Amino acid sequence: MADLKELYDAILTGNAKKAAAVTQASLDEGVQPMDMVTHQMVPAMAEVGRLFECEEYFVPELLLSGRAMKACMELLRPLLSKQGVEPVGRVVIGTVKGDLHDIGKNLVACMLEGGGFEVIDLGADVAPDQFVNTVQSKNVKIVALSALLTVTMNSMRTTIQAFRDAGLREKVKIMVGGAPVTQQFADEIGADGFSENASAAVTLARKLVAA
Amino acid sequence: MSNVVILDGAWGTELQARGLTAGDCPDEWNISHPDAVISVASAYANAGSRIILTNTFRSNRIALSDYGFADRVVQFNAEGVAHSKTGAGGRAQVFGSVGPSGKVMAAGEVTADQLRTAFEEQIKAMADAKVDGIVIETMSDPEEAVIAVAAARRTGLPVVASMAYDTGKKKDRTMTGATPERAAEMLAEAGADIVGANCGCGIELYVDICRRLHAATSKPIWIKANAGLPEVAGGKTRYTMTAGEFGHYAKALEEAGASYIGGCCGTNPDFIRALCGVLSGEN
Repeated sequence: MADLKELYDAILTGNAKKAAAVTQASLDEGVQPMDMVTHQMVPAMAEVGRLFECEEYFVPELLLSGRAMKACMELLRPLLSKQGVEPVGRVVIGTVKGDLHDIGKNLVACMLEGGGFEVIDLGADVAPDQFVNTVQSKNVKIVALSALLTVTMNSMRTTIQAFRDAGLREKVKIMVGGAPVTQQFADEIGADGFSENASAAVTLARKLVAA
Repeated sequence: MSNVVILDGAWGTELQARGLTAGDCPDEWNISHPDAVISVASAYANAGSRIILTNTFRSNRIALSDYGFADRVVQFNAEGVAHSKTGAGGRAQVFGSVGPSGKVMAAGEVTADQLRTAFEEQIKAMADAKVDGIVIETMSDPEEAVIAVAAARRTGLPVVASMAYDTGKKKDRTMTGATPERAAEMLAEAGADIVGANCGCGIELYVDICRRLHAATSKPIWIKANAGLPEVAGGKTRYTMTAGEFGHYAKALEEAGASYIGGCCGTNPDFIRALCGVLSGEN
């Protein structure tokens, strides 16, 4: 009998292989996917977020736990869909045009997936049109924009403008983040939300889909 | 009279002032805009820098591959060293800049072997171009910095290892969570001749980081801080700290144990002049 506590621990310690193995073993034994999500995986990611907040965990630990969560969700999501359980929301994420830095963006993508969102990751150096086209072709609720450089922050503004020009601004919520980004800047460019770190990004995304 | 060695200031913003735009690979300017690169080095030598770095921060094959330039490592580094030497004109030593890979080893994005190969290739190219020393800088992961230090040690040149402290409630951790004490211990043990801090969240926070590094190691301390925290207004990001305000911190850094002082983001040759002025007791 698979020990579900092992699933919690594997996610907490960022062991993707173990997490996926326990998930598969549990499925084979007939454990309900939703039970694993609500009783082991979500609490594990909540603990990861708490450890990050109190500075016991840093970026590498978040990435590893996020990946472990993702490995489990890849096994569970098809089953959840079949049962009619939808993801919390669909997010399209990318680092804006001119900026090649993707550590922060990867982190937020992982944490959002850990938080039950379906994430479409467009990568780095993403042109405004790419974001707009993705929103047009898929049912996306949230657009998450990342920038590390002060010189590329303005691409966030042009991306938001591209949504206005395409008549899609009211269709999506846009959240922004990255080292040089502040709440003041987010307000100035007309974003719907800003978060200081990857853990707070999940809380923000939940708030935005509920709004 | 102070014994502090004055370093240079920011390169990226100086190249932007000479026409570099967002999305361009700054290191590629070693090939396409050699005069601009030489003029930055020359401006810092004129301002009083005694050690000038090179425009090679991203010139390792992992970081360059993001720009499609992975096969240009030797060329970018050799030209970067040559340009800084030309600009220095014998007035300053030239230390080769080695920045991070941009990948997180702890998360499996890159292996230790890949990092070792990339740093050895970059550092050898600069050593072959007769650089005077190697500066491993803006590192977040001490494990990655240690790999770069080991590669630099093989050249027999002086090695500086400097981390960026910008994370945590007190902004006194690196992105991977390392404290100044932990980083100093690991870098000194790896064989760095000089241990330091650069970039980060403003020079005002680096006085304490400097003190902690100095307390944690007997190695000389290197500090290249940012000009405060940037402000965003009218769509532009600006560092509002003046050269005079920046220079004012030179004494505090010296008292906190710094032997090498320069600037990072938001600084320019005027900031270096201000450091020189304060440390020489002229103002």
